[in-house]
Amino acid sequence: MITCLGDALYPQVGVAAVKVLEALGVEIDFPPDQVCCGQPAFNSGYRDEARAAACAYLKAFSASEHVVSISGSCAAMVRRHYPVLFEGRPEEAEARALAARTWEFSQFLTDVMGVTELPVRHTARVTFHHSCHTRRLLGVVEQPERLLGMVEGLEYVPLPRAEECCGFGGTFAVKMPVISSSLVDDKVGHVLETGADELLGLDMSCLMNIGGRLSRRGAGVRVRHLAEVLAEGWGR
Amino acid sequence: MSRRSRAPAADTPRARFDAVTRATVEDRPLHEWLDNYQAVQQGWHRWAHDDLGDAQEWRDAVAAVRRHTVAHLDHYLAEFADKVERAGGHVSFAADAGEAREYVAGIARRKGARRVVKAKSMVSEEIGLDAALEATGAEVTETDLGAYIAQLAGERPYHITGPAVHMRLPRIREILSRAAGEDLPEEPDALAASARRTLRDRFLTADLGVSGANFGVASTGTVVLVTNEGNGRMTTTLPPTHVVVMGMERLVPDWPSLEPLLTLLTRAGTGERVTSYVTAITGPRRDGDVDGPEELHVVIVDNGRSGILGTKYQPVLQCIRCGCCADFCPVYRTMGGHAYDSVYTGPIGAVLTPLLFGLEGREHLPFASTLCGACDDGCPARVPLSDLLLELRADVAAGAAGPSPDASAAPSSVPASGAASTMWAFGFKGFAAVATRRRVWDAALRVASGLRPVLEAEPVRRAGRHAGRRLEPGAFGRGRLLRGPGVVRAWTDARDLPLPAPASFARLWRRHPRPGSPASGGGSDGSVSAGGSAPGVRSSRESGDPAQRGR
Repeated sequence: MITCLGDALYPQVGVAAVKVLEALGVEIDFPPDQVCCGQPAFNSGYRDEARAAACAYLKAFSASEHVVSISGSCAAMVRRHYPVLFEGRPEEAEARALAARTWEFSQFLTDVMGVTELPVRHTARVTFHHSCHTRRLLGVVEQPERLLGMVEGLEYVPLPRAEECCGFGGTFAVKMPVISSSLVDDKVGHVLETGADELLGLDMSCLMNIGGRLSRRGAGVRVRHLAEVLAEGWGR
Repeated sequence: MSRRSRAPAADTPRARFDAVTRATVEDRPLHEWLDNYQAVQQGWHRWAHDDLGDAQEWRDAVAAVRRHTVAHLDHYLAEFADKVERAGGHVSFAADAGEAREYVAGIARRKGARRVVKAKSMVSEEIGLDAALEATGAEVTETDLGAYIAQLAGERPYHITGPAVHMRLPRIREILSRAAGEDLPEEPDALAASARRTLRDRFLTADLGVSGANFGVASTGTVVLVTNEGNGRMTTTLPPTHVVVMGMERLVPDWPSLEPLLTLLTRAGTGERVTSYVTAITGPRRDGDVDGPEELHVVIVDNGRSGILGTKYQPVLQCIRCGCCADFCPVYRTMGGHAYDSVYTGPIGAVLTPLLFGLEGREHLPFASTLCGACDDGCPARVPLSDLLLELRADVAAGAAGPSPDASAAPSSVPASGAASTMWAFGFKGFAAVATRRRVWDAALRVASGLRPVLEAEPVRRAGRHAGRRLEPGAFGRGRLLRGPGVVRAWTDARDLPLPAPASFARLWRRHPRPGSPASGGGSDGSVSAGGSAPGVRSSRESGDPAQRGR
């Protein structure tokens, strides 16, 4: 599951995730008909439109054994909201089945593959943004921290107020830009407090928000998906 | 969107919302005050739950009691009313705010009440009781310190349990000094002592006491109040007549089921393991009692609640009004309690306000959330606030208006977001068309990639205040957009936007070797690199030395 954002803006994250998964011996397929899980429409209240997108997803991934997403919130859309979206409809069983085999990247590595060590070296002081949907809808909190702990040379500085939203919220960012901008500014303040060289995360939408504000403030913090760091430092 | 919000043409609810929000964001000392308030409150919240063992089990217990009570509300209402009357109280069911106001004002008139004291009650705020009592000629005084300060300031409660939580010392000094007619020092103790002197006099001379109810225990007809300042007991024992105004869903079946609710209400509400006072009132003064009112009236207010029963919104009635969702909500902190333009603030306010007073004109409230779920995590009664917000958004998108049971209590509503909702509806039709057709998406991505050189050049020309800053690969992504058109500008006003990638992932993937074909070992050319593609899933312990090296 490359996600629409990953496809259009951050293909390097997908490239990195594929590299890591293949290095771990996973056979990767990229079903070509996938576009978007439907989350933007669902969260905005447009259920029919979300269902149309979700139906295309159900078809695209019908033959996949596991579906790995590089975005926590897209994985949460499938896991948490597809069963609601298709409740009482012919596709419900298929939606529930897809939900059960859809994973966020770090969750797949730790919970499904049982990864306990990684041949990765990355020398940097990093902090980590636990995206809200990854944390609260998927319950993925310590999985990425475990992965960070497996990286040699990496100094992990926890983010203050880590459980707080960055203010992205999908269309919220442009529907209520005043609130969203204030929130991301607060978040950027906490990132800078850590003195980290890099901010890592599991969801490029939140990272686009925080990174966009960091960049606007001229801060030199590098913002990347965890998969990029794992791929870059693999075997070093 | 941001253009529109900067030019509020009319006094619509949305225009007021935008104005209050902007004022709160721009008031940096207030921003820091609320930020600190939340951090402190969250700390107390954690501390207060530390002694519970598994707090999730307690939340399950609370949610179970609330779900059960709401599902059998008719039964418990009948039992509660019967027991209140057997204990010597009077019960009145008010279908809407007007009926409730009229009933209480009628008591005030009959008693010739000149002074009314009130112990903080959300429902009395909801139905606009103060104005109705004042219309009878009575002087009405809020006696909860925060509510008293808010009343003197002529403000709506900022927070469900902290009506004046946004006010800092200098403003409180100013308000209480004006009320006392003397220049009070800027010291919390002195200010509280001044308020206490005034309030003591009001308690001792009041003809009528009005309180809310945290819970009504159906099995005994008991009204339970949870307070900290002692004003609750004064209000309910000193005046000769006591009127309880309560929402119809505030019941619990019996005393054992009250336990988990009391346990979590104080912990979630104020971060205390117990409050100073938990008061249980069963009927008026009995023979031999040394104090207590001669007359007890319990007004049970519907005002839109029964319309929620049996709908997808029923879980909102599980709320026990602790206000802790606001303590965890980053959006509440940022836009402030008054932005809700309602007695109910925070995430519960964003859900309850449109449900009780109508969705029309308040279509923006369900969108005043990032859906981060912090409120869901905090809620002691497991009200699924994010899910309810999503349902309301679906109603907004469908153009459905919520129930408006009492138009007289609701501010005049103006359709606020017609143009905006049309734009989004159109946009999501387009979204669905693209999201179901990969080839259209691919074409769009190719066009976007082709625009890169144009987009990269654009900000340099138009950046204005950002002129002099160079666009270069660096801190974030590759190129960045500093100022976008239309709705994109709402983003770029505060944030850079990454440009579309030169090639989408799908295009890179086409060069990816399929399983079974020889691995390219590539990656340096930007294509998706192949690793040792053994079928199936193995853990790292088995996978040994990965075939693929990093770039």
